[in-house]
Amino acid sequence: MATAEKQKSDVVLKYLRPKKKFPSVWCPGCGNGIVMGAFLRAIDKLGYDKDNVAVVSGIGCSSRLPIYLDFHTLHTTHGRALPFATGVKFARPGMKVIVITGDGDALAIGGNHFIHACRRNIDITAILINNYIYGMTGGQGSPTTPSAAISTTTPYGNAEKHFDPCDLAIGAGASFVARATVYHTPQMERLIGEALEHRGFSLVEVISNCHTYFGRLNRQGDPVAMIKAFKDNAVAKARAEKMTAEELKGKFVIGGLYRSDKTEFCDEYQKVVDAHLVK
Amino acid sequence: MTDSKTAGDAQAKPGAKSKYDYSKGPLPLEINLTWCKACNLCIALCPKQVFEPDRDGKPVQARPDDCTQCTICWVHCPDFAITSNYK
Ligand SMILES: Cc1ncc(C[n+]2csc(CCOP(=O)(O)OP(=O)(O)O)c2C)c(N)n1
Ligand code: SF4
Ligand code: SF4
Ligand code: SF4
Repeated sequence: MATAEKQKSDVVLKYLRPKKKFPSVWCPGCGNGIVMGAFLRAIDKLGYDKDNVAVVSGIGCSSRLPIYLDFHTLHTTHGRALPFATGVKFARPGMKVIVITGDGDALAIGGNHFIHACRRNIDITAILINNYIYGMTGGQGSPTTPSAAISTTTPYGNAEKHFDPCDLAIGAGASFVARATVYHTPQMERLIGEALEHRGFSLVEVISNCHTYFGRLNRQGDPVAMIKAFKDNAVAKARAEKMTAEELKGKFVIGGLYRSDKTEFCDEYQKVVDAHLVK
Repeated sequence: MTDSKTAGDAQAKPGAKSKYDYSKGPLPLEINLTWCKACNLCIALCPKQVFEPDRDGKPVQARPDDCTQCTICWVHCPDFAITSNYK
């Protein structure tokens, strides 16, 4: 980091929708904006044509991200970003299709779509902003709310177990899986870039702060305190492999977690079409 | 956000700010005060304590000569309110 990447700080501005009102609707310090910046710098580095990028989302604070972007964007219904994105990808297989989703959007109401997108290994990049809670609707528990954590639907502590989105994606068949945090922003930018370049379903889970609900209810403090805690609790994959389960308690592993080059859905579908329909 | 506000009022440390010599060029960073939401992230994460909060909790470059152009403040600004003059 110290060797300042000579990267212009203003590239993000090129990709903002000219007619949108800024600043965004998000609470001051919300990690969603940090993810947006890293995502746009990753796109810029890859030099994609704006007209060849579609960004799709469902509903949630995190899902409001695409509405600020000057690409093709679809702001759809809660949990259904992946089915809409699948439709876009099928109609335009050459297009870069990205889904921005939250933990509730992707894993609760959209959980079924999520596992089947992974299973098909369709060439979509999903950026899952995991803030452990439903931000937009007032702090209800989500499938990633940790055991014992407080939310407005678990006021005495969550009795459930939580999903690990990365493990779930690997188990369901995704071919690129990575985890980042809003503290480790340059790494997040690099991982998003790798995910975009990967052919197949790629997931980048980004651990983010909803200080307004998760932070406040669980006494984790302001955005600064929450983001600094991500630094303290993140463990690089190589180091995690040498740690015991006991040492890893309360920590999470960051970096590229899984990669394989299995066949991709659009390619396989085209093979079926070529073999049977078009002569 | 209340924290940074009180900090801004209480710590108007006279003499702590260095005088910037504009003949060297512009300040290292540009702050868009209209987009800034005073979240305090840049102020708290800067490893060189370049910023002090103003009365609203928004960053002021109080020690611009200490800036190493490490990028930490602007990559963490959720509202794209900081741009760097370092190209
Ligand atoms: C069909 C439907 N059910 C419920 C809702 C209400 N709702 C809106 S956003 C949301 C949860 C958002 O949580 P998450 O995806 O984690 O995003 P965050 O706001 O935390 O970024 C819910 C339940 C809705 N809009 N539509
Ligand atoms: S409620 Fe939470 S997730 Fe939504 S904008 Fe505020 S901090 Fe971000
Ligand atoms: S670039 Fe680095 S040293 Fe300069 S103000 Fe920002 S965080 Fe501080
Ligand atoms: S990080 Fe950005 S929004 Fe937050 S105080 Fe600094 S300039 Fe303002």
